[in-house]
Amino acid sequence: MNTLDFLKPRSRQIDFENFDDRILSYVLEKEQSFLTCISCGGCTATCSAGNLTHFNIRRIGLSLRRGNVNELSNEIEKCMFCGKCTLVCPRDINIRNVMLLLKKRVAQLKTEKLF
Amino acid sequence: MTKKKHIAIIGGGIAGLEAGSVLTRQGYKVTIIEKENKTGGLLNHWSSLFPDFSLPGEVLARIQPENPDLTLIHNTCIESIKKENGRFELFDKRHLKLYADALLLATGLSVFDASLKEEYGYGLFINVITSSDFERIHKAGQKLLTAQGDPPKRVAIIHCVGSRDAKVGNGYCSKVCCITGVKQAIAISRMLPECEVFNFYMDLRLYGSKYDALYLEAQKRHQIQFIRGRLSEVSENQDQSLQLKAEDTLQGRPLRMQADMILLLTGLEAARQNENLCKNNHLELDENRFFKSENMQYHRNCSRQEGIFMAGSCICPMSVNETLDSARSAAIEVDNYLTQKER
Repeated sequence: MNTLDFLKPRSRQIDFENFDDRILSYVLEKEQSFLTCISCGGCTATCSAGNLTHFNIRRIGLSLRRGNVNELSNEIEKCMFCGKCTLVCPRDINIRNVMLLLKKRVAQLKTEKLF
Repeated sequence: MTKKKHIAIIGGGIAGLEAGSVLTRQGYKVTIIEKENKTGGLLNHWSSLFPDFSLPGEVLARIQPENPDLTLIHNTCIESIKKENGRFELFDKRHLKLYADALLLATGLSVFDASLKEEYGYGLFINVITSSDFERIHKAGQKLLTAQGDPPKRVAIIHCVGSRDAKVGNGYCSKVCCITGVKQAIAISRMLPECEVFNFYMDLRLYGSKYDALYLEAQKRHQIQFIRGRLSEVSENQDQSLQLKAEDTLQGRPLRMQADMILLLTGLEAARQNENLCKNNHLELDENRFFKSENMQYHRNCSRQEGIFMAGSCICPMSVNETLDSARSAAIEVDNYLTQKER
């Protein structure tokens, strides 16, 4: 975050008017279970990567659903795809697959130079 | 005078007892069939009731119905129901037990088996207990102690164990555990004023009248701390104290905590015999394995089979006062049915 952020207050707000759903719609189309997340944080607590770094898998999901996609592309590189998040999820969301789809879609957009 | 109509009630918990007492007062003959050797159901096991810490014994003392038209059968589990010539035949394992003109189901709840949630350590780690265990300790007038015999300095209460959890096949909310968690946190704090109590929740659902006041009391008077995050796993330290892993989701950071004891708030499930009772008739279970109502808004106590009614928490998890209301309204439905049939 920049020290001069106060000059552009909109950069701090969640902007539903200009919602970037290019990644979200791709993920939801292929992994519908992602719709049912209640942000309980079970995934983050058990996450192997999250134990060692600032990686927060629940927050990634939330950013995705709020259209905050800019931060995502670097963050998902930290996921090791161990799948422990999927094991503990009370909503039975295939979180591992969500991360995989997210990574795929970001790569796709990057190749097409759209991201 | 025509012969009195006979109503069979399956289940001698508070729903069955209250409905039985209303129906006998209305002039029916009632038989209550209880699977245990004692009526009162789950209330026999609880120490105090939310939100006012009243005693279950007071409720039970008021509703024990005494009436010459009421018969109690103990130690009998009805396993199937058949409709024959407009009457119902009830069978236990081998024999036909009785006939009835109408049937009221009051089979109640069973408590989720916390050992199925292996990562929480119930049955593996000696200092992990459930909400039912705590009620038993409290009822016996004992103090909460660790397995080593010391008063715990820190207790973590875990919400939603076997409730809202697709992994154990219970996708629904058991509804009354949140307020139980607040009640038990206060009970621990009263019992052991030095002890720190933390409640780990996903969403706090304090839906009932005066439940939120109890939450306020827990915060203000007892300094109970509420952390929004689901317990992911528990491990045991060498001294048999416990380590919890969760995320403090409001902080967005993983959290580790040492606790002397963990109390699991177990969810509630429909009685297991319900499935058998649905054979040979039109009774249906809903997606959560509770009895399905004819209509959720208007005919909550009517089952999918004409002449069979439901009372209390065999419809969905209910508090004590909701159960009593439900039992009374079921009695009205039964009466309506039998009077209309007569005409």
